[in-house]
Amino acid sequence: MDNPTEILSFVMGAAALMPLLGACLWFWIGKKFGNEKVAEKIVSVGAVSFMAVSFFCVLYTFLNVEGSARVTFFEWIRFNSKSAVNFAFLLDPLSLTLGLVVTGIGTLIHLYASGYMHGDPGFGRFFTYLNLFVFSMLMLTFSDSLVGVFLGWEGVGLCSYFLISFWFSEEENANAGKKAFIVNRIGDLGFLIAMCALFKVFGTLNIPELLAAVQAGSLTPDQLFWIKIACFGLVLGATGKSAQIPLYVWLPDAMAGPTPVSALIHAATMVTAGVYLTCRMQPLFLLNLEILEILAFIGGLTAIFAASIAIFQNDIKKVLAYSTISQLGFMFLAVGLIAPVAAFFHLITHACFKALLFLGAGSVIHGLHHEQDMRHMGGIRKKMPLTFWTVTIGVFAIAGIPPLSGFVSKDEILHFTWHSHRWWLIMFAFTTAFLTSFYMGRLWVMTFFGKFRGHHEAHESPVSMTAVLIVLAILSAIAGALNWPELWGGSERLNEYLRAVVSQAAGEHTEEAFYSSLKLAGISSLVGIAGLTLAWFRYRNFAGEEFKAPIFRIFKNKYYIDEIYDFAVVQNLKRIGYALWKGVDGFVIDGFLNGCASVSTKASLRFRRLQTGMTQQYALWVWIGFLLLLFGAWSLR
Amino acid sequence: MMSVPISYLLFLSFGVFCFGACGFLIRKNALSLLICLELMLSGVNIAFVSFSRLHQNEAGNILYFLVITVAACESAVGLALILNFFRIKKNIRLEEANALEG
Repeated sequence: MDNPTEILSFVMGAAALMPLLGACLWFWIGKKFGNEKVAEKIVSVGAVSFMAVSFFCVLYTFLNVEGSARVTFFEWIRFNSKSAVNFAFLLDPLSLTLGLVVTGIGTLIHLYASGYMHGDPGFGRFFTYLNLFVFSMLMLTFSDSLVGVFLGWEGVGLCSYFLISFWFSEEENANAGKKAFIVNRIGDLGFLIAMCALFKVFGTLNIPELLAAVQAGSLTPDQLFWIKIACFGLVLGATGKSAQIPLYVWLPDAMAGPTPVSALIHAATMVTAGVYLTCRMQPLFLLNLEILEILAFIGGLTAIFAASIAIFQNDIKKVLAYSTISQLGFMFLAVGLIAPVAAFFHLITHACFKALLFLGAGSVIHGLHHEQDMRHMGGIRKKMPLTFWTVTIGVFAIAGIPPLSGFVSKDEILHFTWHSHRWWLIMFAFTTAFLTSFYMGRLWVMTFFGKFRGHHEAHESPVSMTAVLIVLAILSAIAGALNWPELWGGSERLNEYLRAVVSQAAGEHTEEAFYSSLKLAGISSLVGIAGLTLAWFRYRNFAGEEFKAPIFRIFKNKYYIDEIYDFAVVQNLKRIGYALWKGVDGFVIDGFLNGCASVSTKASLRFRRLQTGMTQQYALWVWIGFLLLLFGAWSLR
Repeated sequence: MMSVPISYLLFLSFGVFCFGACGFLIRKNALSLLICLELMLSGVNIAFVSFSRLHQNEAGNILYFLVITVAACESAVGLALILNFFRIKKNIRLEEANALEG
């Protein structure tokens, strides 16, 4: 192993295989040793250390790859003599950044989960799924072909299903898992269509070759048409996986899973796969600016839509789920406005502070003996000081209080929105920023301030949980430094780094731009502070009263979207299914088969009379046959 | 030596065979059926020997020996069957051996 490529392929292979190996091991241990204390210890230490190894492998690659590299493990699918799909990793700034987020946050959340899931009968099973998820996510991130990305894409969907319905003995959880799985399938159809269309145009599914072919230009109108179809498919896939309108409905229900799962899969990593994919395929989208426009609009609309629902939720995890949808909307807004670096920056900071918030919420839930309703919380900041302070940092970060990370990344997106001069989007973005700080303030105040309204005495969580919270709080506070704007004396390192693979309009460096950006930052931080202040005064003395006016009922009921979908889609599908079951399967297919069976039964009832058991009668038949043969031979003479 | 026309011999063979066959179809006693089978085989044997005479070779005669051997075996097996049948049913009426009725 003396040449760098071999070392890279070894390191990256280890990074991807450690979680997979872990998944197999924990499954075996969980099956073999069940609930024994030792097994739990082994699994938790093992899972965390495997993840840490994976993280350091990715980190090593990150530090050692100049620009981008490709490592090929083996040939996977050969189409013809010219093109094949390899089992290969594409190591470029985009994938390595996401890979670091996945394994880094993943390690922390594994550590947290080992405390959170302590004593659960499905301990081994839980870590099996979690490690399998990380493996799939790494496949999605690093694969250099769309086929590999699709493998990971489906893998994370599957693990998400497993983990949402992890406590499957309650029907509600199982249904939530099914819902997530089925809604994701609709998005996956889009991905498949995109793959087919791209294969038709370019005859290859390797991402670098595809993008090179697109950038080489000189495409015929026919090819452009198919690329447009592919873009539509990718947008559909992204909305499914990243929970955007119209396919966002599964994410709030996905909160049925254990809280570490919500933090890792449904906030920090998996749901950002759509953002990653659209950034990765940016050259295709640049050929179809109108689709980018649609994407920006979807993002903006989802952001404000989910934020307006989040205000009225009482389940602490549901608030965070809608908040996640809303923040993902921000990311898509940025992607649609050709600011993928801003989107990616927000992805990273969001991964930090949303993981922190979810884990903080998990700590609260753990401390209150599985109480999730914020109306039954309150005043627990004294009982859980570490959780309180870390969550406070998370809340301030997402609300956009300078200089925390959420402020910097959100401000960048607001900056791009402002300069796009699309008034709808500007309105969406700023309103969402206000709503975000308001509902986060509501969550914060209702949980930690006022009088205690719960039933159980609160207690602080174990060290394995609070330590993770502290690390994440530090990350949430300082992650903004990654891409601190140049105008304010920063270095924009993320921008420099990602510029190699995605294109984004460069900022101006005039004095005028400086003042306008300061103005914007001032407005956005004022908006954030205003939201928090309003929430403080509204909920400081919360005693159970809520918004009474009938107009709010529509928000409380989440715009009745679930009911509309149920009426328009689910019921009709059920009816079609019923018709197919009764009509086609029951009548046509079963009718045909049963008819054949009954005809042969009736015929055999007649024919069995020939079989009398009388030897002489058989002899007679032989005779008659013989005579017939004789007659036949004679007549043919 | 007086030569008998082949057609006479064949008519004789056919006649013996038909007697046997008819007997086989109409008799009820298993032992008679066995005898009728022998009769049919004898009819066939007559045809073999006649053709052997007609063609002036020994193929027919050899076949006659083979057939008579098989017939001996077959009647031995048949008698054994009838004997066992008698032990079970206390008679040898063949219409009672109808366990194979469908």
